[in-house]
Amino acid sequence: MTPRLALAGLVKQYGSTRALDGAALEVSPGSVHALVGENGAGKSTMVGMVAGGLEPDAGEMRLDGEPYAPRDPRDARTKGVVLVHQELSLFPHLSVWENILVGVESQRYGVLDHPENRRRATEALALLGHVDLDPGTRVDRLSPAMQQVVEICRAVAIRARVILLDEPTSSLQRIDVERLFAVVRKLAAAGVSVVYISHALEEIREIATDITVMRDGRRVLAGTIPEVDDEAIVRAMTGRDLTHRYPQRSPSRRAGPALSEPAGRVEGRVEGRVEGRDPGPAVALSVRNLSVPPKVRDASFDVHAGEIFGIAGLIGSGRSTLVRALFGLRACQADAVRIDDRDVRASTMPADRIRAGVGYVSEDRRHEGLLVERSLVENVTLSDVHQSATRGWIAAAEEHRLAVTHLDAMGTRYANAAALVRTLSGGNQQKVALARLLHQRARILLLDEPTRGIDVASKAQIYELIVERAREGCAVVFVSSYLPELLGMCDRIAVMRRGRLEPARRASEFTEASLLEAAMGASAHAPSEVS
Amino acid sequence: MPAMSRWAQRFAPLIGLVIVALVFSILTGAPERYLSLQNLRVILAQTLIVGLGAIGMTFIIVSGGIDLSVGSVIALAGIVAALVLRDGGSPTWAIAAAVLTGAVVGAWNAMLVTRVKVIPFIATLGTLGAARGVAKWLAGERTVNIPDTWINELAVTFPAQAWMLVAPGIWLAAILAVIASLVLTHTVFGRRVYAIGSNEVAARAAGVAVESIRQRVYVLAGALVGLAGAMQMSRLRQGDPTVASGTELDIIAAVVIGGASLNGGEGGIAGSIIGALTMAFLRNGSQQMGWPSYVQEIIIGLIIVAAVALDRWRTRQRTA
Repeated sequence: MTPRLALAGLVKQYGSTRALDGAALEVSPGSVHALVGENGAGKSTMVGMVAGGLEPDAGEMRLDGEPYAPRDPRDARTKGVVLVHQELSLFPHLSVWENILVGVESQRYGVLDHPENRRRATEALALLGHVDLDPGTRVDRLSPAMQQVVEICRAVAIRARVILLDEPTSSLQRIDVERLFAVVRKLAAAGVSVVYISHALEEIREIATDITVMRDGRRVLAGTIPEVDDEAIVRAMTGRDLTHRYPQRSPSRRAGPALSEPAGRVEGRVEGRVEGRDPGPAVALSVRNLSVPPKVRDASFDVHAGEIFGIAGLIGSGRSTLVRALFGLRACQADAVRIDDRDVRASTMPADRIRAGVGYVSEDRRHEGLLVERSLVENVTLSDVHQSATRGWIAAAEEHRLAVTHLDAMGTRYANAAALVRTLSGGNQQKVALARLLHQRARILLLDEPTRGIDVASKAQIYELIVERAREGCAVVFVSSYLPELLGMCDRIAVMRRGRLEPARRASEFTEASLLEAAMGASAHAPSEVS
Repeated sequence: MPAMSRWAQRFAPLIGLVIVALVFSILTGAPERYLSLQNLRVILAQTLIVGLGAIGMTFIIVSGGIDLSVGSVIALAGIVAALVLRDGGSPTWAIAAAVLTGAVVGAWNAMLVTRVKVIPFIATLGTLGAARGVAKWLAGERTVNIPDTWINELAVTFPAQAWMLVAPGIWLAAILAVIASLVLTHTVFGRRVYAIGSNEVAARAAGVAVESIRQRVYVLAGALVGLAGAMQMSRLRQGDPTVASGTELDIIAAVVIGGASLNGGEGGIAGSIIGALTMAFLRNGSQQMGWPSYVQEIIIGLIIVAAVALDRWRTRQRTA
C-alpha cells in the first residue's frame, strides 16, 4: 500500500547546526502516527516542512505517491495537509463556523451563503462527534478543549488527508484528553492520517497505531504500537553520545549536602548553622507546599548554599511557573518560602526578591530576560542601578565600569558596551542576562533554561560560571529540558510532572533514561533499578 | 557605519529643523528678517506652550504611554490660575494652583491607567472631555478676567527688560527642559522610564516597580501641563475655558518628530523641543509667506508622516 505521506532524506541546515540530517517518515492512510523525540531532535523542523512553513535543503516528500513540495502553509492546506499548532490559531471574536470555514466560505453572488456555511460547519462538527455545538457560538466562549475541536474541524472542512497535531494535550485536562482521543479516532476511521507529536508515552500507547522516534535530526526507530515498548522508545530517544563536557566539581561538593529531603515541618528549624563549621548544609532557599493553581501543586524543596538543584520536567509541567512564583512574578500560596531562614511570603514583588539576594534568568530571553533595544550596560545594571547612583543620579562612568567588569567576568564578546543588546548573538545575550545577576550580587540563582538556543562554546562558559557561583556559596535552581545538562551540572534533581514536584534525589541516582521516564510518567521504574 | 547611523539618528530632527529654517529663509527672500532676533522671539513665544507640554509628553511616550487630555488640562489649569488671581490670590499662588491642577489630573490619569487598568489612550481620551467640562463649569462658561500683575509679563513676545532677550517664561521652560533631559538620561527614575517603555515585561522581571514609575510619569507630565496652562493664561491675559483645543496633537507631533516612538522606549527631551521648534518655524514661515492656514495644516500633517516614515526606514536599515 502506498503510504499517505512518505518523507526521505530530509536535510535542514541552520548555520553550523543540522536540524535535520536525513530524516524520514512513512505514514499510512487512516493511521495515528506518534512522532516522538527530545527537544531539538528535529520534530518541529520536519513537521514544519510537511506543513509548508519550511523548505528542505535536500530530500524528498511524497503525498499519496505524488511528489509533494508545498510552497507555503496555504499551498499545503489546499493539498490536504494541515498543522494544528500547540498554541491555537483561532479568531477568538468570530463564531465557530466562521473559524472552521475561514478562507473557504461558501458564497453566492459574492455574499456569504449562511445556511450553506452553517450546514458545512455542522457537518464537520458531526464527523468529530460534536453535533451539540452551535456553530454560531463565539469561539472565545468555548473551553480550550472545545477550541481545539474547532481547530481540528478546520482541517476536516477542507477535507484534509494528513493532520499534524503538535502536542495537542499539553493544555488539556484528562477528561478533555479523552474527548480529543475520540476525535482523533473518528478522523482515523474517516481515512485521515494523523501525525501525533507528544511526549506522554501513556497517551501514545493509548491512541497511536505507529510510532517514529527521532534523535539528532534522524529517524532512529520506527515500529507499530504495541510492539515497541516504552524502554525501547526511551532508549532510542536518549541513546546519543554525550557531546557536552561539564565542569569538574570537587568531590565533596559533588556528593551534595543533606541527602534526604526533610519530611516534616520546616518551622523553627535552623539547619546548618548549628555548629557553624561547614557552611555546606545551610539552607538558602526553603519552599513548603507552594501552589499556583492549576499549574503547580504543593511544591516543597530545600536548596542549600553551594548546591546546584535541578528541576526536570516537560514543557508545560509547571516548572517555569514554580520558578516565576518564587521570584514574585506569579501570585502563589505557600506554607513557607524562606530565604536564609527568613520567611519572605509577605513581600512578593520581584524588587523585594532581588533585595533578598535572589536573581532570575527568564527562559524567554528576548521578551522577558532582556531589554534588547537598550544597551548592554543598562541591561546589566537594570535590577540594581542604585549601586552606581547617588540620590537617584547615576554616575555614568562608574556604572559603565561595573557593567564592563561583570560582562568580562562572563566572557561576553562585544565591541561596545553602549551597543544595543539586540546586536549580540544569542549566547552573548544570555551572558548579559547572567552578568546582571553578578551585578546585583545574587546569592540564590533561579535559572530557567539558561542555555536554551545558544552555541556550544557559550554553553560551556555558562556552565563554568554557574559552577563557580556554587563554589562561592550561591544556591542555584537550574531548570532545563536538556537532561544531559541537568545530569552533568546538578547535585540533586527533582522531577516535575503535571504540576507536581517529586522529592529530589541525587543526580547520580538518575540516568538520562530514568529521568526522562520520570518526567513523561512512563511505566515508572525506581531510578535505582535502571541499569 | 554604526557610529554614522547613530549620529544620523541623534541629529536627524535637528537637521530637519535646519532644513525648514533654510527653506523658509530662501522662500521668504529675506533670511535676515526670518532669522532675525525679532522673529526668533516670536517663534519661541509661539513654541512655549507646546514645548512645555512636550517635555512631559516625552516622559509619557518614552514610558510607552500616551496622553490625549493635554489641551483640556491646559485650559483647566489656566482657569484655576485665573480664578485664584481674580479672587485676590498672588501670582505665585496662581501658578502653583495651575501646576497642582495639572498634577492632580495627571494623578487621575495614572490611577485610571495603573489601577483601573484602562489603556492610556482611552483613559486620557475620557479625561480630555471631562477636564474641558470642568474648566467650563468652573469658569461659568465664560472667560475669566484677571487683574494686571507680573504674571502677564511671563510669556510675552518682547520682555519689558530688554536684557532678558526672551520672556521669563521661556527661560523657565528652557531650564526645565535641561533638567528634564538630565533626569531622563542620568537618573535611576529616567532609566526606568526607558526600561518600562522598551519592554515592560522584562523591566518587571528585573524588579522595576512598573506601576509606581507610570504614576510618577503621569503626575510629572501633568504638573508641566499645568504650568503650560498658566503660560497660556498669561499670554491671553485671561482664563479661557475653550482655549488649547487640539494642542495635545501638536505636542504629540512634536515628540514624534523629535524621534520618539509611540511604542515606547525611544525619544528624548532635546528631540521633542526641536520637534516643537520645527513646527513653530513652519507655522511662522507660512504666515510670513502669507499662505492660508490650511496650507500650514497640510504641510505639518505631511511632515509628521514623513518624520515617522523616515524613522521607520532608518530602523529597518539598522535591523537589516
